[in-house]
Amino acid sequence: MAVEKPDMQVNIGSLELKNPVMTASGTFGYGKEFDSLVNLQRLGAIIAKGISLLPMQGNPPPRIAETACGMLNAIGLENVGLERFLTEKLTFLKGIDTPLIVNILGDTIEDYQQLAKQLDDEEKVAAVEVNISCPNVKQGGVAFGTDPHMAHAVTKAVRHHFSRPVIVKLSPNVTDIALIGRAVEEAGADAVSLINTVLGMAIDIESCRPKLANTFGGLSGPAIKPVALRMVWQVAASVSIPVIGIGGITTAEDAIEFFLAGATAIQVGTANFINPLATEEIIDGIELYLEKKGMTSIGEMIGKARTS
Amino acid sequence: MQVYKESAEIVSREQIAEDIFRFTVKSPDIAAASWPGQFVMVRTGDGLDPLLRRPFSVHQVAAGGLVQIVFKVIGKGTRALAAMESGRKLDLLGPVGRGFVIGEEYQHILVGGGIGIAPLLFLAGHILEKNDSSSVRVLLGARTKDEIFTLKGDFENMGLEVNAITEDGTLGKKGIITDLMVELKQEKPVMIYGCGPYPMLRAVAGTCRENNWKCQVSLETMMACGLAACLGCAVLRADMKGYVHACKDGPVFDADDVAWL
Repeated sequence: MAVEKPDMQVNIGSLELKNPVMTASGTFGYGKEFDSLVNLQRLGAIIAKGISLLPMQGNPPPRIAETACGMLNAIGLENVGLERFLTEKLTFLKGIDTPLIVNILGDTIEDYQQLAKQLDDEEKVAAVEVNISCPNVKQGGVAFGTDPHMAHAVTKAVRHHFSRPVIVKLSPNVTDIALIGRAVEEAGADAVSLINTVLGMAIDIESCRPKLANTFGGLSGPAIKPVALRMVWQVAASVSIPVIGIGGITTAEDAIEFFLAGATAIQVGTANFINPLATEEIIDGIELYLEKKGMTSIGEMIGKARTS
Repeated sequence: MQVYKESAEIVSREQIAEDIFRFTVKSPDIAAASWPGQFVMVRTGDGLDPLLRRPFSVHQVAAGGLVQIVFKVIGKGTRALAAMESGRKLDLLGPVGRGFVIGEEYQHILVGGGIGIAPLLFLAGHILEKNDSSSVRVLLGARTKDEIFTLKGDFENMGLEVNAITEDGTLGKKGIITDLMVELKQEKPVMIYGCGPYPMLRAVAGTCRENNWKCQVSLETMMACGLAACLGCAVLRADMKGYVHACKDGPVFDADDVAWL
């Protein structure tokens, strides 16, 4: 008797994904970097390294430091800028039969608008993911993502200029993440993804200096998974749009916890650095789990930990 | 660029000094694809702490798909690695990065400091494929004799002339590597290939500039992925207007292309 494979498909707004496993922005380059190691066609979606309107050179080194089960980074959003992304990076991604989601970031609402408008013209860009963890230079440098009104405003601006799904990536460095989630939902976001990195630091006790040139950096990796899971749980209870879980997902078991907490899809980030095959292994592991549990689709496990 | 992920058996482990180890692993794809100056990203255990892979330059490759790395125990990752026994599998990713460019018609001077000597043996082998041993000189520096004694012998076994210098005078003269460089007699245009700690390379690059010698250096930085995805391994460009990355633009750079801080 042929056993039917579980249905791995999920929807993020109008975007259909063949499976719920994506690569987190900033951990997978522009896809090509992993081409010789990963079957890119198997991924649910590729989320490209965050793009700003103009190129950014990033922070001085040291930019990264390892911590227990995690890493701190202060890359400073180094990226090639929109123009070079469109002319140099997009061609390769067009040849991959996997939806491309472009992570965007800016200093002002106008930056985000411009990015949304220009990316809307590129059919390959299936969705945008809005990084709202950046400081708003016109509002005294307060991060868009830490203020519900600013988060609302930037989401609304992108929504207005981009016709396909808009995902807003939430910062965990807030008192009430669900409040921000509701604000961006109200502004028209099709989904939220969370969490971005957790602000942290490390000190070198020999030199008696911070390990990062930037002093503070974003903590990622397995160390932040419990925090991320808790926040996904809270946001999933507060919004009715899909929640995309991110934060320390290294194995299929980690990913499954996020689905059970209410995530519709997940992103694999730092794990790509440790095990470039992590995404494919997680896809296989999720499928195996569904079969073992007798579930016929991803949908059956979404939020299951909340109901019983 | 083709990068391989291999589960490589440790076929031999050698303790060449108190805290320095040389591992030989069976990694056929990486062995076949490696070029001197390139490196491998090694997982130092199965667990999540230490989390990140560690970069090690390819020390040598040998027939039978063998790859060697040399490392010094300096922290959690290298300590875990040093404890691994022969027969265990090591998770390797590589080869990555841009290696040395071997110039033609040069007097090739290999300048290594401490553990930075590691990739130069592989380089020496490649230079000797097309050049006479008389056109190659090896200058090695270290704090003390133990750090470099074994590797010095390996160069000598290749028929190369080696000059060593140590800070404590236990091997060769007492001094630092640039002391040996200023004694160089220039017969042909000089190409310096340097690898070692940053202050040493800065001094090497300075000496090269003064003498108008061409100079390539292999730089070490903090690095998470080795695949040009994390962008953690930033190195300030010579024009100070942006960064290059040790994992894709390097680790070997023309000394004139980077800022020396």
